Amino acid sequence: MSQHAPLTIVNGRLVLPDGTITPGALRSQGGFITALGAEVSAQDGDTVHDARGALIAPGLVDLGVFEIDKPAFHFGGITRAALMPDQSTPLDIPSRVRFAAQSGKPDFWVHPLGAATRGLAGESLAEVALMREAGARAVATGRRWIGDSGTMLRLLQYCAMLDLPVITHAEDAGITGKAVATSGEMATRLGLPSAPAEAEALAIARDVALAELAGARIHFRNVTTRAGLDLVRGAKARGLRVTAGVSPAYFMLSDLAVAEFRTFAHLSPPLRCEEDRKAVIAAIADGTIDVVASGHDPRGAEDKRLPFADSAPGMAGAETLLPLTMNLVRDGVIALSRAFELLAANPAAILGVNAGTLALGAEADIAVIDPDRPWIVDSLKMAASAGNTPFDKQPVQGRVLALFKGGITIKTKRVTA
Amino acid sequence: MTAPEYIYPEGRAAFPHDGLVGIAGLAPHEIWFLLDEAEQWVELNRGAQKRRDLLSGLTIINAFFENSTRTLLSFEIAGKRLGADVVNMAVATSSVKKGETLIDTAMTLNAMRADAIVIRHQSSGAVQLIADKVDCPVLNAGDGQHEHPTQALLDALTIRHAKRAFNGLRVTICGDILHSRVARSNILSLTSLGANVRVCAPPALMPADIERMNVTVFHDFEGALKGADVVMMLRLQMERMEGQFIPSPREYRHLYGLSQERLTLAEPDALVMHPGPMNRGIEIESNVADMIDRSQITTQVEMGVAMRMACLEVLTRKGRKVEGWA
Repeated sequence: MSQHAPLTIVNGRLVLPDGTITPGALRSQGGFITALGAEVSAQDGDTVHDARGALIAPGLVDLGVFEIDKPAFHFGGITRAALMPDQSTPLDIPSRVRFAAQSGKPDFWVHPLGAATRGLAGESLAEVALMREAGARAVATGRRWIGDSGTMLRLLQYCAMLDLPVITHAEDAGITGKAVATSGEMATRLGLPSAPAEAEALAIARDVALAELAGARIHFRNVTTRAGLDLVRGAKARGLRVTAGVSPAYFMLSDLAVAEFRTFAHLSPPLRCEEDRKAVIAAIADGTIDVVASGHDPRGAEDKRLPFADSAPGMAGAETLLPLTMNLVRDGVIALSRAFELLAANPAAILGVNAGTLALGAEADIAVIDPDRPWIVDSLKMAASAGNTPFDKQPVQGRVLALFKGGITIKTKRVTA
Repeated sequence: MTAPEYIYPEGRAAFPHDGLVGIAGLAPHEIWFLLDEAEQWVELNRGAQKRRDLLSGLTIINAFFENSTRTLLSFEIAGKRLGADVVNMAVATSSVKKGETLIDTAMTLNAMRADAIVIRHQSSGAVQLIADKVDCPVLNAGDGQHEHPTQALLDALTIRHAKRAFNGLRVTICGDILHSRVARSNILSLTSLGANVRVCAPPALMPADIERMNVTVFHDFEGALKGADVVMMLRLQMERMEGQFIPSPREYRHLYGLSQERLTLAEPDALVMHPGPMNRGIEIESNVADMIDRSQITTQVEMGVAMRMACLEVLTRKGRKVEGWA
């Protein structure tokens, strides 16, 4: 990195870790942020980027994606992503974790999440410590829940010893079975296999109790129901090391979106009722939810152009992560600076990486963002490897104008009207 | 024929749909129109000469991705009595077994220039998926747990023959409501025509928020039967019971089996219906199924052929350039 010229981004508004947004410039050398503030200016030999009044923000850290899809991540201002272990061959041995950890460099950093159990089967523990050596920043149960409480307890105890967070999927599998929708009028009318939303609260209640017993750090990747969020809120109030995340779909959409068997709205966990959608927004506002992540899972026609129950869950979310979170800012749910805590600082802290904030000494992963720039989501023109978004043709606001990874330019978008 | 309760417009405006994917989305007068259209076929089928070649030269494909005996036969007879060339695609020997996707199968059927395609599939929504990809009318012969519209229409035709009107009619549907597309389509058509529909099942077999479909929910069968004008029993779908929905068939019979004694709770002239195939001695006692004055079970099968003739004839009018429909 040192052979690259230092980078100075001038004439922007800095999103600072103390929650303030102030006009200024940022300089990086050797891949790290070395100067910040109103007085900073470019020096001879620097690569200079003029932000033209746009936000200078930390590159987003996407906690939990299913595919490394650089064009989509770069479009969305994402410079690092935690890769879920649910790959065609699960990330359950150190060599696969090591390979995944190198797979994005230099212009994208992948933080693999080691599979908690072998083959993600929920039965025997994977080699967690060796995977940590190989680059795993946390372990995850994948799309599945570990049904056996004894296995989950031993996993949490082991990870507590190693100080590795456990990222879990919060749905009681005994209740969900083969469900593809949340029980309610929509699933009933469509005749879709469905499970009550309480499956989430049951899973969280158990896992909070086990994490407390083990003294472990636990992160619920998607908390989507009022009851589940109440449990997280309670656990945090008791001082437990519990964090929660959510994807924008759960604060943007309710189960009405699956009408007409729209498989792009087939997600896991399934979309919930309107009341739960509002509860997610309230939980983002009051700090119960720590992370907003894309859950990026591009799926082509072979996985999505099928009858609803036969289709694969998931959506391509990397490109819409930022603008949909900006909706919360415009709606007055959160302040602009808080959006970047949800999208960058908090996920970076959970993963324990020196990024996600504009702090001196942090890695210079920088996104220059116009938070108001309007554009229209178009599933046919997406940068992602597939266009399975439930937000097709929806007008959104918020666009990444330039992106830098470790102080090196990845893209500078030509500003068109 | 009954006096018309609904007025419907002339020509294609009476039924402006390209296919029949579900009862959802049909207006009451459109349902009524199809019932009226079926009456001529009821009469024809009761005569010796059962054939009228309105659809001669047309090809109808019955694509059944899920096993069926009576519905397939009913559609096949309906098509043949109208003079169409009817082809049955047996999935067991088709390329679907070789991994062909549903969309590719649909495109293939479409390229063969069928004039109507009748589809049964085990997944909810599969028929709509195909209907979106083909140019000819698509008739849903049952998709997963979603809809089975021709069954609901033939049930309505059966009820209309016996009861003449639907307004205020108390209809009890009892059985595995959760897994039943027949129940969903019947709820939609009967409530749309003005009947008061009660659904009865143990909680594990009752879908969530079903009351939003304008039905009254019962768990005790006796309560659901009181004063009923029509008792519609559903088959206990053992093949869909992946978990333990009920302890045993005999316990189910104990709580939900329709016996002569229980039937006395309903109106004295209450109709007994069942979409078939029946599990005699489980959801319905043999002597109830065979009650000559009350059981409509064979009438339902008879009405089924007429109803499907009506659906095929009406839906192919556009393609046949029938005046007012082209």
